[in-house]
Amino acid sequence: MSTNPSKARRGGAFLTVFLKEVTENLRDRRTLMSAFLTGPLLGPLLFVMLINLTLNRELDKAEKPLPVPVIGAEYAPNLLDALKAGGVVPGAPVVDPARAVRQQNADVVLRIGADYGKAWRRGEPVQVELFYDSSQREANSSVERVSQLVESYARQQGAMRLVARGMSPGTAWPLQVARRDQATPQSRAVLMFAMLPYFFVITIFMGGMYLAIDLTAGERERQSLEPLFANPVPRWKILCGKLAAICAFSVASLLITLLAFAVVGQFIPAGKIGMELDLGLHFATCVLLLMLPLVLLLAALQSMVAAFAKSYREAQTYISLLMLVPIIPSLLLSFMPIKAQAWMYAVPLLGQNLGIMQLLRGDGVSAAQIGLCLAGSLAAALIALLATAQLYRSERLAISA
Amino acid sequence: MIEVRDLHKAFGSVKAVDGVSFSARDGEITGLLGPNGAGKTTTLRMLYTLMTPDRGQVLVDGIDAAVDPLGVRRRLGVLPDARGLYKRLSARENIDYFGRLHGLPEELLASRREALVKALEMDDIADRRTEGFSQGQRVKTAIARALVHDPRNVILDEPTNGLDVMATRALRQFMRRLKDEGRCVLFSSHIMQEVAALCDRIVVIAHGRVVADESPDALRAQTGESNLEDAFVKIIGSEEGLAA
Repeated sequence: MSTNPSKARRGGAFLTVFLKEVTENLRDRRTLMSAFLTGPLLGPLLFVMLINLTLNRELDKAEKPLPVPVIGAEYAPNLLDALKAGGVVPGAPVVDPARAVRQQNADVVLRIGADYGKAWRRGEPVQVELFYDSSQREANSSVERVSQLVESYARQQGAMRLVARGMSPGTAWPLQVARRDQATPQSRAVLMFAMLPYFFVITIFMGGMYLAIDLTAGERERQSLEPLFANPVPRWKILCGKLAAICAFSVASLLITLLAFAVVGQFIPAGKIGMELDLGLHFATCVLLLMLPLVLLLAALQSMVAAFAKSYREAQTYISLLMLVPIIPSLLLSFMPIKAQAWMYAVPLLGQNLGIMQLLRGDGVSAAQIGLCLAGSLAAALIALLATAQLYRSERLAISA
Repeated sequence: MIEVRDLHKAFGSVKAVDGVSFSARDGEITGLLGPNGAGKTTTLRMLYTLMTPDRGQVLVDGIDAAVDPLGVRRRLGVLPDARGLYKRLSARENIDYFGRLHGLPEELLASRREALVKALEMDDIADRRTEGFSQGQRVKTAIARALVHDPRNVILDEPTNGLDVMATRALRQFMRRLKDEGRCVLFSSHIMQEVAALCDRIVVIAHGRVVADESPDALRAQTGESNLEDAFVKIIGSEEGLAA
């Protein structure tokens, strides 16, 4: 009877737990699907579809003939000719322009009053009406196009009238604005890609989720935690092995998603609308580096939340609630354009978000920013780790039912 | 050798274990008998250091559980009340997992595992995943993984629970074998026939206290009853919770 096992293998408890968890979970179809298929690939697919849809619509609108119902077209033939030259196709008049716009039967409706001709000939100012609904975002570019055409026609006619009276057109426009847009092709892309960091966080989350549930709540529900704790291995070592398994799956998910984004990035016609998108190797490496401490943090948080639950199902509920937390910085940044302060990089999730956005802008991240981001997230991960380890020591944890 | 001295454990205001002392010697089978809820499982959980006693001392081969819990666990083979297996691992893999956690070198682990597979007659199921195992097959696997490190002391919490007659007989046989190998075997049960048939020593627990600690014959003599069942009822003071 050997009561003194060789010391050599005892240090391997961590590795033993890690390998067992990985083997066991590689045999679970649901975990595999979530970690290696739906989790990492859904994001890029959804992303490329949405972006393509948006881009194509923008491109279409800029080039396509634009049908616009015109009321009273017969009063202003010259204005209509100018509109036609700009690609507008005047359509049949509608009875109620306000309703037509509200019901989205037309993006924009032009109404020309019956007194247009008379006033025009007398050289008096005259009004035309544009009906549109600014809350219909996709109609905005059509509205913009028509109103610019009308205005430039008005300016052109005004200039001709001044010339006819022997005056320089410049007298009517003493001030001219010259717009100098400083957006680079890359920074223009940022607006559209604000949700990208969230995809990465969600991928990490989904990759480790089923393991995290299985490793605590699942093990307890199966009644295998008590026999496990009867082994001569300190609980923190068991916890570390389990966390390492969660992290391994999360990192694998993240790598797959980065690869998918690199491939998918080739199919986004960003160049066509003057944007530039680099999702290549440099981007992937930086994202991986920024995300690594987050992997540990999320693994610890997921295990902690799952350890509170009495059953698998309960744990699943808690964890899906936890999944909503990482969306906060993404929403914050897309709705409230805040200027990034240095300290913000140290805030977990927010720091990663800022860093990735900066990478997308093409500005690159400085070593100091990466350092802050890593240090802040790593500190949070350590705290979560210690809290989880503390929870793991509790007597109640092992007792099933 | 397992020695328990004046163990106390309360959950809130409920005193689950209220001053339990006994010892289980090597080469003997000691039965912990008591009605449901008497404190058997809680006592055993303190033995294998899953719970810390409020008061009292646990010694396994002279090692104090409060001082060196890992040392105690190393000397114990435990079949707890909860005997969940990993269903996506085969029986052999389940056994190996625990063997490795005990730090067994691979060759020793393989020979120990195969010896147990043979002794427990589980050759036909050893490479199957444990999902869908019968109760008997599950208990066999759980016992094999509890004993893979060749412990001197074996603790079994209601080992025959849910087993059919054949499986129960086989398990009793196996426990006698452990005893013949000179091990200290401690098991709990609420089935008196089983305890009477197997034990060299019977510790009767009721309401968190030890009410008798004797050999079966001494127990009969002490109570003046020729029938063990009547003797138990007399000791515990009620018939509640005991099964024949």
